[in-house]
Amino acid sequence: MSTPTLHKHHIIQPRLYLTILIVLLVLTATTTGVAFLDLGVLNPIVALAIACIKATLVILFFMHLRYSSKLLKLTLCAGLFTFTVLILLTLTDYMSRAWGLW
Amino acid sequence: MDSQVIANDPEETQSAHEHSPHLVHHYATMDQQVESASFGMWIFLLTEIMFFGGMFMAYLLYRNWYYDAFVAGSNLLSIQFGTAMTTILIVSSFTVAMGVFCSETRNRKGLVAALSLTLVLGISFLCMKGTEWHGIYVEHHVPGPNFSIETFVHPTDARDVPMSPDAAQHTQIFFFLYFALTGIHALHMVIGCSVLIFLLIRARQGAYTDGNPTMIHNFGLYWHFVDIVWIFLFPLLYLISRHPLK
Amino acid sequence: MSSTSIINLPNQQTARMPKNHYLNSGYGLKSWALTLDHKRIAILYLLTTLFFFCIGGLMAALMRLELLTPAGDLVASDTYNKLFSIHGIIMVFFFLVPIAPAVLGNFLIPIMIGAKDVAFPKLNLLSYYIFLIGGFFELYSIIWGGVDTGWTFTTPLSTHYVNTNVISAAMGIFIAGFSSILTGLNFVVTIHRLRAPGMTWFRLPLFIWSYYATAIIFILATPVIAITMVLIAMERVFGIGVFDPALGGDPILFQHLFWFYSHPAVYVMILPGMGVMSEVVGCFSRKRVFGYTAVAFSSVAIAVFSFFVWAHHMFIMGISNYSALVFSLFSMLVAIPSAIKVFNWSATMYKGSITFETPMLYAFSFIGLFTIGGLTGVMLASLGMDIHMTETYFVVAHFHYVMVGGMVSAVMCGLHFWWPKITGRMYPEQLGKLAASTLFIGFNLTFFPQFILGYLGMPRRYHAYPAEFQVLNVMSTAGASILAIGYLLPAMYFLWSLKYGAIAGSNPWQATGLEWQIQSPPLKDNFEEIPVVDFEAYDYEWLANKTRHEVTNVG
Ligand SMILES: [Cu+2]
Repeated sequence: MSTPTLHKHHIIQPRLYLTILIVLLVLTATTTGVAFLDLGVLNPIVALAIACIKATLVILFFMHLRYSSKLLKLTLCAGLFTFTVLILLTLTDYMSRAWGLW
Repeated sequence: MDSQVIANDPEETQSAHEHSPHLVHHYATMDQQVESASFGMWIFLLTEIMFFGGMFMAYLLYRNWYYDAFVAGSNLLSIQFGTAMTTILIVSSFTVAMGVFCSETRNRKGLVAALSLTLVLGISFLCMKGTEWHGIYVEHHVPGPNFSIETFVHPTDARDVPMSPDAAQHTQIFFFLYFALTGIHALHMVIGCSVLIFLLIRARQGAYTDGNPTMIHNFGLYWHFVDIVWIFLFPLLYLISRHPLK
Repeated sequence: MSSTSIINLPNQQTARMPKNHYLNSGYGLKSWALTLDHKRIAILYLLTTLFFFCIGGLMAALMRLELLTPAGDLVASDTYNKLFSIHGIIMVFFFLVPIAPAVLGNFLIPIMIGAKDVAFPKLNLLSYYIFLIGGFFELYSIIWGGVDTGWTFTTPLSTHYVNTNVISAAMGIFIAGFSSILTGLNFVVTIHRLRAPGMTWFRLPLFIWSYYATAIIFILATPVIAITMVLIAMERVFGIGVFDPALGGDPILFQHLFWFYSHPAVYVMILPGMGVMSEVVGCFSRKRVFGYTAVAFSSVAIAVFSFFVWAHHMFIMGISNYSALVFSLFSMLVAIPSAIKVFNWSATMYKGSITFETPMLYAFSFIGLFTIGGLTGVMLASLGMDIHMTETYFVVAHFHYVMVGGMVSAVMCGLHFWWPKITGRMYPEQLGKLAASTLFIGFNLTFFPQFILGYLGMPRRYHAYPAEFQVLNVMSTAGASILAIGYLLPAMYFLWSLKYGAIAGSNPWQATGLEWQIQSPPLKDNFEEIPVVDFEAYDYEWLANKTRHEVTNVG
């Protein structure tokens, strides 16, 4: 009732779904192909970057987040933020352990 | 989808306002109810992100510590198999999205077809997963009392470099993370498929295409989330640890 | 004292028990066990958590008895290990975490925001049953042999070296965690989506703000302990080595994951108490809470900060010194929003017309004890001090000042304050004041000596200690027995008041807030008609006008 968002529910057309599907499959093929090349440190970076792009596409279009309220966008950001805090702050501990023997 | 529905009990405001039959009594409008449902679902997915977060943390740490063991373990998984599973899941996400579309456009046949296809794809993913697990089981690479480092210390293929027993022991951590991550992911798939069967039965009777696609919408969110988890598991387990450090 | 009391107001005298309310809307076991009414679910939670409180309290009593003498003569050290483990697990996961959100929150949140129920009533009931199942797992592990890992499940002790019911205890916590998650989810959606027309964010009672912050922590932190408990169980069953250094695992990783939840959980155990405080202090000072916006945002700030401080539990565990430095700094920063709250409550009381009803007495003890608990927390957050104090009774005293002195005072405060709303009857005021004072004296006598003991170096979790510590320990045990009276007294007069208490009327405290504008006990659907909110929170002038209007109406 509070802050009523009386927008009509946005219906995504199948054509857009199909486009996204094709892009996702192409990205999957790419990331698989790249895995066979030995790129050193770039291997994980490329693979995870592609995974992030794929996830973003799924979230924005399959999960309709692009057409959803700000509240839902904020919700997702809160989750990703806390996830990052968990990973980063824990990893900083491990990384800085060898920084000087006390 | 909804007319201007006002917040009052049906008895009090007779026929002055048209009530959607799907409206639960403590909501004022259908819009409020639908938004609450999808907001609730997103919050649930939030907890899922954090649930997997703990395991991703463990994965990151041990991959940095025991990269060689991760290379040895990862190379035992088949990229082709992993790619096939990824493709299946992505297509199933597409079919669920089509199901949401059919549900919104009140197309019962389309919805049933989309959900059935999703179920088939979901089950075939689980079968492939099972096959892969069986292969690992046969090789004695399931962590626990039966775990054997034999294949890493004395590789049968002459091209492979033998590992020291100490280093080989760490492959157990890789396989544990593999089983924990894929196992919990598969558990989500099993739950998803069970819900799907329920939705399918109801959808055949005409539910969800009568102007209330909330359930299908929320199921879609869940299914896509499980798909996203796999989108990350695929590179982490299959792709990024194939090449030993030079 | 009673002349200054605000209880004897006109509508109080003529108050009658309403004909229909949520307590008599259905009878029989089924109407309770399958209820979707948030108020009845709150009552179910209340009974269950109080049951667990009794178990935890019993364990505490046995521990204090053992510590009466320096020698370990009452129980063997193994038994003592089990006592403090069970005390910790039960009190943390099955009493402190659920008591305020699931009892007071469930009862009050929908009413305070002007809704008929929480957003997902079925989920609410489900979360109660999940909690109950988790509780059964815990009871199983207590009865069939106990656990002796401490409530922290430290690895590799819990995974490799003890032979007690670690798995069932861990599973109990895992399951109860889902109950917290679902409760938090329900609250957030309810607060966002079900507010009555006109109830904007800044018209919400501060109670709602602090429960919103609590719910955020539930949602974001609880899943991490769930997965950690799964890992512990798997490690124990299969011996895989994620946390086992012998196989290449890292026990510190467990600590990171565990405290990532358990530190924010500490704020789950205090934030709701702060919400209760804001309501009570405002009401009994007859003033709008000073600096509403600051208090509201400090709740959210505490929730956010709580995710940045967890490693202060790990300073002596071998984490990197740089990391320890950062976490130490962040931990001290939490003192800022906490202090904002304490200062604002004090400022609210300044020049207010304060009356000393029982809830207000509890509020005073909350503010004082929480301040001591919080400031010793800052001491412990500083690195050098922490190394001296870790694992001593100083830490024990610190968190009991926050958890018991803070949260349990707040829960008692809230129970007394809303008891008339929950049951429709008043508790006996004089006995209430007596109990509040007893609790305060007993608490301080129990835990203040422990600060000194800890400072002198008495380690926690041992059943025997050097003879020189005996005097302080005897004081502590004596205090614990006074504390026990402080708990038993309210239990008895609350039960008594159910039948013989004076009829409360809808607004015995003359408080603002939507929950006081409806009958007590409330209707099954709370409101006959969803209210339209056109007043600010804690607007005592608005209330005065409204009551004047009402009195003339009644004639
Ligand atoms: Cu802490």
